[in-house]
Amino acid sequence: MSEPVLKVRDLVKTFGPVKALDGAGITLRAGEIHSLMGENGAGKSTLIKVLTGVHSPDGGIMELDGRTIQPRSTRDAEALGISTVYQEVNLIPTLSIADNILLGRQPTRCGFLQKKRMRQRAQTALGRLGLILDVRRPVGSCSMAEQQLVAISRALDIQARVLILDEPTSSLDEREVEFLFKILRRLRDDGMALLLVTHFIDQVYTVSDRISVLRNGAFVGEYRAAELPRLELISAMLGRAFEDVQQLRADAAELEPAKTGAFLDAVGIGKRGVLAPMDISIAAGEVAGLAGLLGSGRTETARILFGIEPADSGTLKISGQPVSIRSPLQAMKQGLAFCPEDRKSEGIIPHLSVRENIILAIQATRGPLKLLPRAEQETLAAHYVRTLNIRTADAETPVMNLSGGNQQKVLLARWLLTQPRLIILDEPTRGIDVGAKAEIEKLVQTLRQQGMAVLFISSDIEEMVRTCQRVVVLRDRRKIGELSGTDVQPDRIMNVIAHHEG
Amino acid sequence: MKGDRVVGMPARSRGISLLWPLLGLAALLVFNLIFTPSFFHLEMRDGHLYGTLVDILNQGAKVTLLALGMTLVIATGGIDLSVGSLMAIAGAVAALLVTQTNLPFVAVVGATLALTIVAGLVNGLLVAAAGIQPIIATLILMVAGRGIAMWITHGQIITFERASFVFVSNGHFFVLPFTVIIVLTLLCLTVFVTRRTAIGLFVESVGDNETAARFCGIPASLVKFLVYGYSGLCAGIAGLIAASNIKAADSSRVGEMMELDAIFAVVVGGTALTGGRFTLVGSVIGALLIQTLTTTMYNLGVPPAIAPVPKAIVIVSVCLLQSERFRSHARGIFLCRAR
Amino acid sequence: MKFSSRTTRLPLIATAIVLVALFTVASILYEGFFSWRVVANLFGDNAALGIAAVGMTFVILSGGIDLSVGAVLAFTTIFVATLVQNRGVHPTVAIPLALLVGTALGTGMGLLIHRYELPAFLVTLGGMFFARGMAFVISSESVGITHPLYIRVLEFGLPPGAATPLSSTALAFLALLAAGTLTVHGTRFGRNILALGGSESSARLMGVPVGSTKVAVYAVSGFCSAFAGIVSTFYKSSGNPADGVGFELDVIASVVIGGTLLTGGVGTMAGTLTGVLIFGTIQTALTFDGRLDSSWLRIAMGALLLIFILFQRLLTRART
Repeated sequence: MSEPVLKVRDLVKTFGPVKALDGAGITLRAGEIHSLMGENGAGKSTLIKVLTGVHSPDGGIMELDGRTIQPRSTRDAEALGISTVYQEVNLIPTLSIADNILLGRQPTRCGFLQKKRMRQRAQTALGRLGLILDVRRPVGSCSMAEQQLVAISRALDIQARVLILDEPTSSLDEREVEFLFKILRRLRDDGMALLLVTHFIDQVYTVSDRISVLRNGAFVGEYRAAELPRLELISAMLGRAFEDVQQLRADAAELEPAKTGAFLDAVGIGKRGVLAPMDISIAAGEVAGLAGLLGSGRTETARILFGIEPADSGTLKISGQPVSIRSPLQAMKQGLAFCPEDRKSEGIIPHLSVRENIILAIQATRGPLKLLPRAEQETLAAHYVRTLNIRTADAETPVMNLSGGNQQKVLLARWLLTQPRLIILDEPTRGIDVGAKAEIEKLVQTLRQQGMAVLFISSDIEEMVRTCQRVVVLRDRRKIGELSGTDVQPDRIMNVIAHHEG
Repeated sequence: MKGDRVVGMPARSRGISLLWPLLGLAALLVFNLIFTPSFFHLEMRDGHLYGTLVDILNQGAKVTLLALGMTLVIATGGIDLSVGSLMAIAGAVAALLVTQTNLPFVAVVGATLALTIVAGLVNGLLVAAAGIQPIIATLILMVAGRGIAMWITHGQIITFERASFVFVSNGHFFVLPFTVIIVLTLLCLTVFVTRRTAIGLFVESVGDNETAARFCGIPASLVKFLVYGYSGLCAGIAGLIAASNIKAADSSRVGEMMELDAIFAVVVGGTALTGGRFTLVGSVIGALLIQTLTTTMYNLGVPPAIAPVPKAIVIVSVCLLQSERFRSHARGIFLCRAR
Repeated sequence: MKFSSRTTRLPLIATAIVLVALFTVASILYEGFFSWRVVANLFGDNAALGIAAVGMTFVILSGGIDLSVGAVLAFTTIFVATLVQNRGVHPTVAIPLALLVGTALGTGMGLLIHRYELPAFLVTLGGMFFARGMAFVISSESVGITHPLYIRVLEFGLPPGAATPLSSTALAFLALLAAGTLTVHGTRFGRNILALGGSESSARLMGVPVGSTKVAVYAVSGFCSAFAGIVSTFYKSSGNPADGVGFELDVIASVVIGGTLLTGGVGTMAGTLTGVLIFGTIQTALTFDGRLDSSWLRIAMGALLLIFILFQRLLTRART
């Protein structure tokens, strides 16, 4: 076993009240491909940003070859030999391949760029990856796979010793992934230390030598890939020792699926390049879950059903009547509601008050002219602030001043006010404190008992099991299974995710 | 974070504080009270009110009107650079119709305003449907509009004598100048329409977080499209007043730089350029502040041409006050001193 | 957003075609239009516009905007004219001083924009008001310049002794254009500007010194505006505080018609030259015609702007 090149321990990083890293760490060795795993919010991106100097940590130790380092900028990190290829490949689309590979370190003579030498050097860097591209082409005209490789070439040009790849395969097809892995293995054999962040479990096993897992900002463990069963990896990520993952459901009887017919019934619904056609139905008085790892198509399903990205295949029936939903407003008129995953950028209107945020959706269905009378707005807002226990100075406080959990409750209030018959909740409990989380879970059960249909999405598998009567499992943007009744168990769900052959 | 709340104010909802623009205006008035007492002199002549304060309201009418439209545009996260040129077009069309046809004046006003509304909606189309950045989309009409106005008047200054048209800017209604009545009416109408319906809420939602607004079923594109039409209407009225004031359509000069004054008024009033929360009353105060500043300097004998300098100082100060970074900087310096 | 090489090249080719077409049509319509004299004057008459456009190209390529160019030009003309004519300062001292003031003003605006993350639009609007007002503080009236050096420079042209030489203002424009082209397309600084305009967040992650690049860009624009002002004093033999109202608009329009994306990151100096020449050609054609007034210049520029912006939008959208 080779010596560690980069050793990071006990990292702490907080953003305001949120602890993004709380004892995170990783050890990279030369000539190894190391995968970093963890669910949403586990702290992977923050860890990478600390390694590359974008964020400086509040605490912890970072050592490169045994010497303590403190990269303060991307430039610092690159000078130390740590280079990164980000998920949303950070290149300049308008500049040429050669410009992107050499930006900031172009060869010059008397201050002027030597364009011929630039082209040669760029070609050499690409050549190391066994790649021949016209380096004068703008990067924006390259495929995502080519852009990945250009970004890697940029890293190679600075003679990086540590190469970090953040979700490099998320927009590549199978053939491209294979090619990328061939290159990664070649770099590994050249003695580079590689850190791969991805949520594709199959790929992790294909390419990595070692796996580290983060959960809730903390280091969970380091494993040799060959010695780690998939199920164990998934339970490490999702947060419960495999042995303990047993029979969680206390009162299964109470969670019997309702006997009414389907409220929403979709057959072959999908969108090219977004979601493979799938069937899904949800009954009134039922909580159906969408399970799967990050990027498996959970959110996409929700968006298609709600008309944000209208489906291009399949049929949809609401209460037995065929309908077409092309926009959120149409979905709302059919009795649908949708609490999006990204509360901040898709949910709240930050500078508007709690009251205004709560009445926004019902107002949209009333149209712009029939304003809900102010007195009624205040009554309704006060009602929900009380019943959902929204902690706020008053209903006139801008919603951005509230904590995450209370913002989430404001969004729930917004949609409950429209009296939906189906509510889609995409990660309603992510990033909020335990108390608020329990309250939201309880609310979901209350709604179900009142006869509402709920489509529930969560990365927390135990929460899924506690909440849902039926779980549809997704992977790689297609439905791969469905569990109901007593089959809704953490180990069953994990089994489906881990062992389905795509 | 968007820093569109004024320092020291509690982050309350119905909420842009009018304190700072009002303080600015008050400071100017106090300054005048000390240095030019005649500033506050008002008198009644032939049943009309005269005096410097009335002049400020009268002369500030055009910018105030533009600022009303601009407020809604800026609240959606946009900007409208074309209003000055639209004023020129409005003046040219109205002058042409008044001198070349026998149309009743009401019809002339109707036709002129319809034209500027349509022109505004074209801006809206470029922004909302074609997805062009507002600053670029409205730049087109800013450049071409003045040319179109000059083409309408064949490069000449068209003068007119029609009493009804002259009345618009020079007449009185009861005790006040008619322009003041126009502004008040439009202000009340706009406040009423935006705040007594959900339109204001929709505008603010779209400007603050367009994605979230869309996801709530708010027709964001339609909202953006329409506010430019409204801005066109305001520019049209301002153009009519400008032409009436000099009894002529001077296509090459009228409304010049006025789009910038209007944007300035909106920002001073407290509406952030990034969109979201807006205050129409704040914009009116902002416009009056600009006009008072100009008048004050005129009274002090400062040549009107130099007036832009204090304007520049105000604009940069307002920007700095709204900058999150500057505020933390300033706090840092203040704390250092305190220690 | 996907960019192909078409996004860069097609607009430039399109503008070039428009220029050639305009020139051809004008040559057919108007006798004497197709001549060396018209071409030489195209450069000489539009030197100030062209020089300011070079500076504006820097700013727009970086994703910013500078509304102060017209006012800075006016300030410079009256600043130089007053120094030379009323204070007896030699032009060789007054001119560098004016360039320094212009650059300092640009740098100041750049610092405000970068340090306090203020919108470029508002800061340069403030700069515009400031420069315009200061111009009138110096003098409220136009000041003529009669210094012998001015006369000598005006008589100068290349090649010497030719019937219609390229005037000194045209030569100044060409020299600055060459310097601008070399800087934007041939140096690291130029690449950093293009990177900044292409994607500020990526540029930062790729180690581009975003702050200093931003400040430098506004400094360059301030310098160019002042330079345009100096050229204007030579062209008109006077300084006028009321000069260049709406000038920034002509400058921005020329740059955009030249194929530079107002969103930044894409564009060429060659395009800016073409844009300026299109502006000049329309203007010259209008004077040749005599029947059409100057309103047509603005209408034509607006129409071209509309066409080019929609064209660029189509190019960038077709591939998303």
